[in-house]
Amino acid sequence: MNSSSGKTYMSTSNSSAGWKAGDAAADQFPVGLRVLVVDDDPTCLMILEKMLRTCLYEVTKCNRAETALSMLRENKSGFDVVISDVHMPDMDGFKLLEHIGLEMDLPVIMMSADDGKHVVMKGVTHGACDYLIKPVRIEALKNIWQHVVRKRKNEWKDFEQSGSVEEGDRQLKQSEEADYSSSANEGNWKSSKRRKDDEDETDDRDDTSSLKKPRVVWSVELHQQFVAAVNQLGIDKAVPKKILELMNVPGLTRENVASHLQKYRLYLRRLSGVSQHPSNLNNSFMSPQEATFGPLSSLNGLDLQTLAATGQLPAQSLVTLQAAGLGRPTGKSGIPMPLVDQRNIFSFENPKLRFGDGQQHVNNNKQMNLLHGIPTTMEPKQLAGLHHGAQSMGNMNMQVASHGSQSSQNNPLLMQMAQPQVRGQMLNDTSLGHPPRLLSPMGQPILSNGIAANVSTRNGIQENIRAPSYNPVSQTSSMLNFPMNHAAELPGNSFPLGSTPGISSLTPKVAFQEDVNSDIKGSVGFLPSYDIFNDLNQHKPQNWELQNVGMTLDASQHSNSLQGNLNHAQSVLVQQGFPSGQVNGQNRSATVVSKAMFSSGDSTGHVNVQNGNQHLNSLLVDSTVRIKSETPTILYPDDFGQEDLMSALLKQQDAIAPAEHEFDFDGYSLDNIPV
Amino acid sequence: MERNPLRRQLQIMRKSLFDQGYLDEQFVQLEELQDDSNPNFVEEVVTLYYRDSARLILNIEQALERKPYNFHKLDAYMHQFKGSSSSIGAKKVKAESTLFREYCKSGNGEGCMRCFQQLKKEYATLRKKLEAYFQVARQAGPMETACRPK
Repeated sequence: MNSSSGKTYMSTSNSSAGWKAGDAAADQFPVGLRVLVVDDDPTCLMILEKMLRTCLYEVTKCNRAETALSMLRENKSGFDVVISDVHMPDMDGFKLLEHIGLEMDLPVIMMSADDGKHVVMKGVTHGACDYLIKPVRIEALKNIWQHVVRKRKNEWKDFEQSGSVEEGDRQLKQSEEADYSSSANEGNWKSSKRRKDDEDETDDRDDTSSLKKPRVVWSVELHQQFVAAVNQLGIDKAVPKKILELMNVPGLTRENVASHLQKYRLYLRRLSGVSQHPSNLNNSFMSPQEATFGPLSSLNGLDLQTLAATGQLPAQSLVTLQAAGLGRPTGKSGIPMPLVDQRNIFSFENPKLRFGDGQQHVNNNKQMNLLHGIPTTMEPKQLAGLHHGAQSMGNMNMQVASHGSQSSQNNPLLMQMAQPQVRGQMLNDTSLGHPPRLLSPMGQPILSNGIAANVSTRNGIQENIRAPSYNPVSQTSSMLNFPMNHAAELPGNSFPLGSTPGISSLTPKVAFQEDVNSDIKGSVGFLPSYDIFNDLNQHKPQNWELQNVGMTLDASQHSNSLQGNLNHAQSVLVQQGFPSGQVNGQNRSATVVSKAMFSSGDSTGHVNVQNGNQHLNSLLVDSTVRIKSETPTILYPDDFGQEDLMSALLKQQDAIAPAEHEFDFDGYSLDNIPV
Repeated sequence: MERNPLRRQLQIMRKSLFDQGYLDEQFVQLEELQDDSNPNFVEEVVTLYYRDSARLILNIEQALERKPYNFHKLDAYMHQFKGSSSSIGAKKVKAESTLFREYCKSGNGEGCMRCFQQLKKEYATLRKKLEAYFQVARQAGPMETACRPK
């Protein structure tokens, strides 16, 4: 393994461990493979260490996930594979998994005494390359080197082809590989493996010349640019080559972009959550028109998340979220379910308002820009301004921040959903004016979805978070889909988001545009989105966008139930694909989040989650997405609530089945959000 | 049959632990990891297990004192405990843990309590037996693993 330099595969002797590939030793297990073991149980840790040593691996053990992450960060190429327990006190194993996947891209093997199908499935969807059931036997450990080889091989291949990520399911590639492992992954991959065959764009291989590629660190800015580019191109058309061109970053190779795109897509997919039931999602979303948020509201962020995570996220919630936020007049079936909407979220590309309702615009106006790839970080004020006239923002309602409550426009992210048109105004006035309305109606479902709500709503509405008020708001930006628990209620008035009060600050998060300062966390930032929504709801759906955005993003933090949801959503969104799930931290430096979301305003695309539908971008998505994109690096658990949202969304996405194709965000936009 | 009386005794003790269901295959995995560089590996692991799991037992006990029971928490603790116990091959203890979790899932507080008492008994019994076993093992010397049945 050549772990040391990142992708140099095949240069077996590169790895510091001097892994002998191909020779006799490799038949059994490669000597010197550098393994990092993370488990809070000291007994297991001791046994594993001894077993791995017996396999002639180089072992480093760690009993806390945080420690492991910092170790990995300090020395990105210091390890070849990570083995982690699922249940740990300081951080969920899956979160760690996401982080590692996003930041270091190392193969991660999960293990647990829990052999329940859903847990194993979770491992699969989060990108684990294998899943071991405890008690672990040494035989199981002997073969873990295959995952390293496989990954390298894929990277290398990817590198060469660099086109394969088009599908968006490329991520699966690796997962697919994992498929062959003996663990429980087996069979799970079938669904995820989708397009693996298509790959091979064989674009020009600009980078292929040098197999060795130094690892690229996807900073927030870089990610924002990436998201912006993706949004600009449209999630379906986002090819690494073009993205690379758009980004115009010296030193960045197409291969880097390709692999990042893969992850992004996976992330989006996860956001949309319940990928498993793509149909459900869509359907549910579509129907959202009915303020079904009711159910959503019950979904407190947590529920949503859980639901989303388990793919159970009731399509309804998504739907409701969507409905709420989406208000899509067109009832986009494509609304990529909250979870699924990840794509939507990212699909800022179509900022066209998926938000449809324009309500979303509120954010859109300003935000839209943000979302769209235009790295215009809309400052809060801008957002506000945008809203007014911004409608045109179209895509990025995200910045709803202007929503009154948003204060920091954090919401915009959510709102950003491209609803430039209509919402524009909404957001400005209403959102701003309205204190944290947690777009609960939409939010709720959304939040619960983990963000899927965001996503989902976004699908059409991109508004993502608006959810709560979607009903009323849905018209506007319904996107807000915030999982805001409150979501259902929004009938246009201050979002019932339940705890909206907290939301007022939603914007903070949303303020991505500005870099949301730290609020994004949901407490203020996102949740504020609720406010925005509330405001929006009242006024016009447009506000939603921002609100939702904020809410979803920050929502996580806010007391509002939405918050919880939002957080997830946000995190999910924020994560854009980076499951870092950290977003929930809400405290995440809003900036980060905002960044992610904003990736520049125009990048609303962040949200665009690759879904072709992109409409997800609707505010919710946008904002959240933004956050994510911005902070791809930031995803670290500590900060974003959004991340959580994002992760939530991602999870949902999984459940929802990549709505990529489904989301047709166009109609979705915020219009639905009854503000 | 071992000529050395101590080793013979050790073999008998070991066999009985397996036959009576106190230990399972996982314990053999541990034994196989033991080598010259770690001649007392198994004993070290078991010692670590008892030390660490004592904390979990205490947590569960305290949780069982608070009514109404927080089944979710109890289940979480037990999940941890079960993972630990299974990694050293504590068969009976693991079985009781599984049962306890079943009771938790079905919200059967009485069942949980009863099961836990039984679990503690098994846990203590195993500890005594293993302590005796290791004592003989130390006396018998490093060759004790010579004829370990597979």
